[in-house]
Amino acid sequence: MLISYNWLKEYVNVEISPSELADKITKSGIEVEMVESLNKGISGVVVGYVEECIQHPNADKLRVCKVDVGQGEVSQIVCGAPNVAQGQKVAVAVPGAVLPGNFKIKKAKLRGEESHGMICSLTELGVDTKLVPKEYATGIFVMPSDAEPGSDALEYLNLNDHVLELGLTPNRADCLNVIGVANEVAAILEQEVKLPNTSIKTSEEKAGEFISVQIESLEDNPYYGAMIIRDVKIGPSPLWMQNRLMASGIRPINNIVDITNYVLLEYGQPLHAFDYNRLGSKEIVIRRATEGEHIQTLDDQDRKLKETHLVITNGKDPIAVAGVMGGATSEVQSDTTNVLLEAAYFASGRVRAASKDLGLRSEASSRYEKGIDRNRVYAAAMRAASLMAELAGGKVAEGIVEAGKREVNTYSVKMDVSRMNNLLGTEITSEQTGSIFKRLGFSYKESDGQFEVNVPSRRPDITIEADLIEEVGRIYGYDRIPTTYLLSEARPGGLTKNQAQRRNIRTYLEGAGLYQAVTYALTTPLKSTHFSFSKEKVYPISVAHPMSEERSTLRMSLLPQLLEVLQYNRNRSMEDLAIYEMGSVFINRQEVLTDLPEEYVFVSGAVTGVFNEHLWQGERKTVDFYVLKGILEGLMGELNLSERITYEAGEIENMHPGRTAIVKLDGISVGFVGQLHPALQKELDVKDTYVFELNATSLLEKETDQMVYQTLPRYPSITRDIALVVDQELPAGDLTTVIQAAGGELLKEVNLFDLYEGEKMEEGKKSLAFSLKYFDPERTLTDEEVVTAHNRVLKSLEERFGAQLRK
Amino acid sequence: MKDRLEALKVEAIGQIKEAQDLKDLQAVKVAYLGKKGPITEVLKGMGKLSAEERPVIGAYANEVRDSIQQELDKKQSELENAAIAEKLSKETIDVSLPGRPVKKGNPHPLTAVVTEIEDLFLSMGFTIAEGPEVETDYYNFEALNLPKGHPARDMQDSFFITEDILLRTQTSPVQARTMEKHEGEGPVKIISPGKVYRRDNDDATHSHQFMQIEGLVVDQNVRLSDLKGVLETFAKKMFGEDRKIRLRPSFFPFTEPSVEMDISCFKCSGKGCSICKQTGWIEILGAGMVHPNVLEMAGFDSKKYTGFAFGMGPERIAMLKYGIDDIRHFYANDIRFLKQFKNA
Repeated sequence: MLISYNWLKEYVNVEISPSELADKITKSGIEVEMVESLNKGISGVVVGYVEECIQHPNADKLRVCKVDVGQGEVSQIVCGAPNVAQGQKVAVAVPGAVLPGNFKIKKAKLRGEESHGMICSLTELGVDTKLVPKEYATGIFVMPSDAEPGSDALEYLNLNDHVLELGLTPNRADCLNVIGVANEVAAILEQEVKLPNTSIKTSEEKAGEFISVQIESLEDNPYYGAMIIRDVKIGPSPLWMQNRLMASGIRPINNIVDITNYVLLEYGQPLHAFDYNRLGSKEIVIRRATEGEHIQTLDDQDRKLKETHLVITNGKDPIAVAGVMGGATSEVQSDTTNVLLEAAYFASGRVRAASKDLGLRSEASSRYEKGIDRNRVYAAAMRAASLMAELAGGKVAEGIVEAGKREVNTYSVKMDVSRMNNLLGTEITSEQTGSIFKRLGFSYKESDGQFEVNVPSRRPDITIEADLIEEVGRIYGYDRIPTTYLLSEARPGGLTKNQAQRRNIRTYLEGAGLYQAVTYALTTPLKSTHFSFSKEKVYPISVAHPMSEERSTLRMSLLPQLLEVLQYNRNRSMEDLAIYEMGSVFINRQEVLTDLPEEYVFVSGAVTGVFNEHLWQGERKTVDFYVLKGILEGLMGELNLSERITYEAGEIENMHPGRTAIVKLDGISVGFVGQLHPALQKELDVKDTYVFELNATSLLEKETDQMVYQTLPRYPSITRDIALVVDQELPAGDLTTVIQAAGGELLKEVNLFDLYEGEKMEEGKKSLAFSLKYFDPERTLTDEEVVTAHNRVLKSLEERFGAQLRK
Repeated sequence: MKDRLEALKVEAIGQIKEAQDLKDLQAVKVAYLGKKGPITEVLKGMGKLSAEERPVIGAYANEVRDSIQQELDKKQSELENAAIAEKLSKETIDVSLPGRPVKKGNPHPLTAVVTEIEDLFLSMGFTIAEGPEVETDYYNFEALNLPKGHPARDMQDSFFITEDILLRTQTSPVQARTMEKHEGEGPVKIISPGKVYRRDNDDATHSHQFMQIEGLVVDQNVRLSDLKGVLETFAKKMFGEDRKIRLRPSFFPFTEPSVEMDISCFKCSGKGCSICKQTGWIEILGAGMVHPNVLEMAGFDSKKYTGFAFGMGPERIAMLKYGIDDIRHFYANDIRFLKQFKNA
């Protein structure tokens, strides 16, 4: 909402500067987003009188003017505007003047003719081209004939004004008009509001002789009032009115239309003027549109209506879409003489439906949608009619033809001063409270700190005690509320174990060299199904109205988005990357989503290109499967799950079939690790990429053993190394499992330290070397005990896998 | 005899000084102090001396032996030091060569900001509450005093999945769920960080997915002045001890009274600059006293209990703190962007 500072001052006494006022308004509840000076650095622009205007001898499009710029001084000015003419009063930037953008005016010669200044258009004076009246849109602005040559043109054009831009929250629709803001400012500055004069000298004729009004549904349209103003003369509205409209962001059209817009801005009441002679009947009927009914609106568009739209009709055809836009057939035109003025209260739902369906949002419709003051409709009608009489020479017929109820009863809300102080942490007295209500213009009864406040109809946002408390608090001033600390008993805060573990996972992965990424949860329907390791049937979840296909479906894996990150970086020539993400995925097992889907926290990583690098020492190792597996093994150690995790070769869609392991916790799949399928790598245009994905929710829901200290060894351990020859396909992990089982209690550690698959081996065989550490915490082991255990190991290996000691 | 000893001493010390290495030195030692050496010889001949001369010569012989030994020790340590120095000089490396890099990633800037805020409130006795990102209409809107038909819950602004299920547009549903779990018994003292979704076109200042952190305290006798206290503590810890805060009245459907909190600009300390748009103040968060309807719907007696809630955007805070100009950077995950937050 744009509010002219000068206009506002007409209703309330303001003695502080626009910026001070803005500061006070902001502090007490309505954010002033900007204070704009309409004078954008302009100086030296005066009123001039065009005494003579002749064709430029050397240029078709230029005119040479003799302009009286005051004090008997006549300047020659060359002007290119098509509408410049002798006898006009115009705005002249004299030599030395400054125009917006620090544009300095100097004496010049244009095609051989001297020019002492410039005749200005409104656009040149900083007015938005969209707001300039159409007749002056392509030329200079012509001022009223009573303007005094030599005087400050900005005063005439109200360009010394300031405009406050208010950022209104939805509860403060009462400030969508100048009087509403005046009420607010009056409360802040402890001033009275002066309302405009709405008295009218009516003619002998009675409005009821010209028109009848009928409403089909009072729910859709609780009140409709029509006034008749006869014998108006259409012409431009006075400059002061045009200036205020332009300052408020509305383009002047003609006096009648300008008056309806002016009163809209002043009272917040949308009004519409019909050309009475073009109504096509003597009746107004307000009803729902029929499905498919048409109307040609003011903007010359043919509009197809729906049953949910409310229309004003002449008893037969729609002549306006209620609260949204008038029809073209009954539009006020230059030859209009008799006007029907509509002042109505339409239900916000009806206006919203039509405005949304037709894609038409106007100053009027947005006010109806946010709610207008029911009890101000009549006053606004009177104000507009009086202006039409005053400024367009109209004769106002007596009375207003109405249907519905003109006013509604107001209600009261109770408030207890001690409860208010308890909620705010203040010690405001009943007297202070009462005086604040008075400033707000709220009448009340009070006894013993119990207030009963009559809420004016302009403030429908106030319905409960807390609303009144806020009103008192904000006018009292939030900066006067003390700073205190919670009285409640101290209780320990802190992370849950699960939350702490999730932080541990992140810290660990970052320590392992991975950067954290945060990606979007919405992806494409296709990508949402990639990398699924769920065995059950799942159904992708798509939003009903996506912004794009790219962001339409909830992810079931973090990997598709992480791969997008790899691609994004690859496209910027960064090919060596190590990233991870922790975030929610959404699993839906219902064909039709009726219950909330399952949500799991996943942690996933992707590593591509060089991982370990120390160039001058010649090290440059690209990532491989074992880098990622090592990271996961470390992570499981961190989570105290190492003993319960197994890695089994397995297949996952989009993964390399020979280089992928399913990660299992207690035998149940919780994720996977491996290389992307080479076909996918090619498609994404990335180097060899290894990824992992873990269901952190599943990992962390398992109970883990409390850590217990182990006595430090007091007795020596005995180490035996063995090199085994086995079939090439045999997984090393199977050997380790068997060694561990066969070694028994005394075997404390098994480490694989060599793998050989070279030429020296028999076809189809490989050699694996293990280091076995035997140890008893209670005593020194005898050779015999170790030999027994070790032979058991060798025997098992031979029995199970035919493993032979390598010679 | 004394002359002989004197001569031996001079001769030995001369040879010690000329020794080039430890081997030479050992030879000198054996030659002069050994069992078959000249000094031993001299001492053996002491029997021929008179009773008066014997102790004098004996003492002098010991003196000579000690002097030689001292010189030997001195020379030995000299030679050893020289050997070490030579070895060290051969071992010298170029310390200006770069060190072996240690692999280390870092948190995403949003996580860094969220963690910092979490830790701050944890230290004030808050716990962290979490909830689903796919929510019911009830918890996302209705329980927060946004009944059906309320303009702020337009279908156009939210990602609905079905008529009743949507991607949460705020983390406030976690507040509603948490209060409900408390079954009308205070105190509740939580913060709820998380991702939220709105139907916006992504541009420099809008993102269809972003983060929020909300806080909620419900207890008997919770006051707006207490909210001021908590927010002031937060602002000072997060943005610097000399920050001032300012509460401005505002409007949210789930709080009444509602406020917005500004902090004095940390860049210009209130003088006015481009960060604070010349106002000296920066808008940081929205807050207010929990609306009685919200308390009642969650099962709390609004006559007995009051509460405050606040909510802020980690993206905005991170953008202000680090001077980031485009919200899309957070979600593009350009590695050159991510790597900058090592010390965040």
